[in-house]
Amino acid sequence: MTEAFPRALVGPSSKERRYDRQLRLWAASGQQSLEDSRVLLVNSDGSWGKQNTGVSGVVGVETLKNLVLPGIGGFTIVDPAVVTEPDLGVNFFLEEASLGKSRAEETCRLLRELNPDVEGTFQTKPIAELLRDPEFLPQHKLILVSGPVKRSSLVALRKSAKSLGIPVLYARSVGFYSIFSLQLADVFPIVETHPDPESTQDLRLLNPWPELAAVGASISNLESLDDHQHGHVPYILLLLHYLEQWKEAHDGNVPSNYKEKSEFREMVRSSARTSNPEGGEENYDEAVAAVLKSLNPFSLRSSIREIFEMEECTRLNSGSADFWVIAAAVREFYQRHNVLPLPGSLPDMKAQSADYVSLQNIYKSKARKDIEEVTEIVRRIEVQLGTRVVEVADKDIEVFCKNAAHIKVIRGRDIPQVAGDAHSLKTLRNHLSNDESSIPIFLAFEILDDIVTDIQDGKRPEAALDDETVWESGIERMVGALTSDDPSAVDDDARERIRKAARELRRTQGGELHNISALTGGLVAQEALKVITRQYGPLDNTCIFDGVRSGSEMYKL
Amino acid sequence: MASPDVPPRWTHLYKVLTKSGPFSDEDWVPGPETITSLESSKILVIGAGGLGCEILKNLALSGFKDIHVIDMDTIDISNLNRQFLFRQADIGKPKAEVAAAFVERRVKGVKITPFVGKIQDKDEDYYMQFKIIVCGLDSIEARRWINSTLVGMVDFEDPESLKPLIDGGTEGFKGQARVILPSLSSCIECQLDMHAPRPAVPLCTIATIPRQPQHCIEWAHQIAWQEQRKDDSFDSDDLEHIGWVYSAALERAKQFQIPGITFQMTQGVVKNIIPAIASTNAVIAAATTSEALKIATSCNPYLENYMMYAGEEGVYTYTFEAEKKPDCPVCGNLARKLTVDPNMTLEVFIETLGERPEAQLKKPSMRTEEKTLYQRFPPQLEEQTRHNLKLKLKELIEDGQEIAVSDPAYTIDFRFRLSFQ
Repeated sequence: MTEAFPRALVGPSSKERRYDRQLRLWAASGQQSLEDSRVLLVNSDGSWGKQNTGVSGVVGVETLKNLVLPGIGGFTIVDPAVVTEPDLGVNFFLEEASLGKSRAEETCRLLRELNPDVEGTFQTKPIAELLRDPEFLPQHKLILVSGPVKRSSLVALRKSAKSLGIPVLYARSVGFYSIFSLQLADVFPIVETHPDPESTQDLRLLNPWPELAAVGASISNLESLDDHQHGHVPYILLLLHYLEQWKEAHDGNVPSNYKEKSEFREMVRSSARTSNPEGGEENYDEAVAAVLKSLNPFSLRSSIREIFEMEECTRLNSGSADFWVIAAAVREFYQRHNVLPLPGSLPDMKAQSADYVSLQNIYKSKARKDIEEVTEIVRRIEVQLGTRVVEVADKDIEVFCKNAAHIKVIRGRDIPQVAGDAHSLKTLRNHLSNDESSIPIFLAFEILDDIVTDIQDGKRPEAALDDETVWESGIERMVGALTSDDPSAVDDDARERIRKAARELRRTQGGELHNISALTGGLVAQEALKVITRQYGPLDNTCIFDGVRSGSEMYKL
Repeated sequence: MASPDVPPRWTHLYKVLTKSGPFSDEDWVPGPETITSLESSKILVIGAGGLGCEILKNLALSGFKDIHVIDMDTIDISNLNRQFLFRQADIGKPKAEVAAAFVERRVKGVKITPFVGKIQDKDEDYYMQFKIIVCGLDSIEARRWINSTLVGMVDFEDPESLKPLIDGGTEGFKGQARVILPSLSSCIECQLDMHAPRPAVPLCTIATIPRQPQHCIEWAHQIAWQEQRKDDSFDSDDLEHIGWVYSAALERAKQFQIPGITFQMTQGVVKNIIPAIASTNAVIAAATTSEALKIATSCNPYLENYMMYAGEEGVYTYTFEAEKKPDCPVCGNLARKLTVDPNMTLEVFIETLGERPEAQLKKPSMRTEEKTLYQRFPPQLEEQTRHNLKLKLKELIEDGQEIAVSDPAYTIDFRFRLSFQ
């Protein structure tokens, strides 16, 4: 117990003080992952016709700002552009003196000012050239791309990233619209998903382990307690006590349906003392309120069952990631006991200090015992698998066990395209028939990418960006791709919605508005932080922000 | 194509101001008039913190030329993880001044006027000069104050007296942006119960039966400090003070065998710290300034009237129209109904007003049409009404009776109709 009470007063370091407000969200472990990561920003990809570069890259720079401030380890900006007057009207990380200089260099310099702990470098060569160096991409833990970008560059980048297992965020912000997609590795597991504490309560009242059952039985003298004691019996014990009474009257069965639970709740409610000055008891109120929520038999959530059934979990090999080794061990634990390891946390409740602390210890020791059992299984698996280099860390097993009911595995999908796989096609069609959907904005962006690619390849003039006929034929091509095997998939209304989104997008001829890029930079950075810290739940896989309607939508494309 | 007289710097922005879109109002006339109206719109930013820094940058790059900013705070090291206009060397300087100077330096042609002080230092004449007010605050109290002030300023004979209020707020990965047209649409007070305060830990738990580390910290902060250091006024920014509370809390926790107290937790409990990160601030601040641009120029329809955002699990936003409430104490004309236990004493009732989501009044005084129930100031009146505190509500008022409540934090009276349980 002594080590829980440090004697010396240790105040926070200056780094802890600087990062205090974020450490409360992702803790020291998340901060460490952040500081160990370098991100790559590909902020433009060559000229659009006569414009030295069409993309202002504000969304990219604003994203980086939100990663430099919380202390990302380092960043690399790739941007062949030279700073122009229009850049100064949208990009805050440029100044008057930047005009005519390398945009990569200037944005890098002004972003570095934000945080002296962050290391930043820049490259003025186009990304296609840099990709020839096999050492270049692997330095980075995450790749951010500001679009629209030439298709060939994007394809090359996302393919290399995929083969290296580096996540990519592709973001485009034009006028009042923005869109971004996250391409994760094939399998992306998350242990610390930070679920709502309410949903993580696992009290095991219907199937108490012996120590918990024993403490429940210890209040059989409930009636003889004085008012003060009676009003301070933790509600967990009250429920255990009345459950035993219920079972005696019901052939050993617990209340199992709504009707029985309501009856049971009445039984608890009517047992509260009301003759005291308060006219009731808070601990009984808490017990009554918990009946419907807490008296449920343990059931494995379907998302966890799916993870247990994934091939990575059922067919371990010596190269399996630690996550899967622990997941397999937890699965075995589940097969033995029909429950997951106990998380061990106890909500606060009306109780005397000592009673609460001893009840809390019962939960904690059970959680510790479960962790020990999982650890034993992990160690046995490790031996069975043979040549694993480093053994799974105890800390990782512990964190996994505490979060076991809420772990998550995302199957990474490619940056979406209209002519992508059958899943994308089906999803696009389904959503397109809904008149509230933001999918027309996605399609408009895809048309824009095509037009930009044509301009960059010298096939069209720059004026194509706002040319009615070019856009119309783009819409036709999109609709054609969506209706190739089913002409009814896109009706006239849907076509009109695409046309409207395209007209709004054309308004700035590919130009960014600072607000929308700043907002999108916030959203993209949020996803980058979740991916890098492996905490919370990253986007799967596309988000569209509509600045006209002031709202966003998520799609799995 | 950009016409020759468009300054190249504003190429992108001017395109949405000189060309209508499929969603802009049919009667809207894009062009020079719209641009002039934007550039001449005087806009006020309340708060130069996490949201405020972003808001100032965004407005300057959205073509606003005459920006004012109010903030009473100075820069602290814990601001630097998100308040990107501040550097290590700025610690201790006033936020409003440093932020204004930075953005003025960076964005040519924008004028930013800082005021270091409280919003309550300014009167209606001051607020009347602005076209739009954008709030980036962390205090519900300040929001309620500016809201009631702006609602009070509305004169239906004079459309200029109606100042759109755009409000942003964040907590961790979550936030919201809302547009309020004072007296016309749902106001901050109408929506008060959507932002309920965290329930306080009962004093008896803190004093006698602590169970959580937080209870021990509250004890050290609220009770031990009073007993042992009552001559020092507690300053939550003084690390020595926090250190003392931390030690006292540790001692108490040891006595009750409660593990888990840390310095960080102590600071969090004592200062009621809300987690804050750059990215959420960026999202919410830009959401508010995007609405400011739309309201100032009509280039697209503005938000009606609430967007909530949650970023823990993917990107989630929900945009809806919050309702204007006829019983809103600020913009409605009916008294708000409060259901109460007639056997509750006035003292307990007063305490609950601080926590009830629909009231949230910390230092209320109150009266019925006929008599004063409790009055905090001046002291003579307090003394005359103090005996009422011990009386039950049913001994003081009738079921369904209306009371007027005032609170030193606000300039208006709140009307409640007390309905007996």
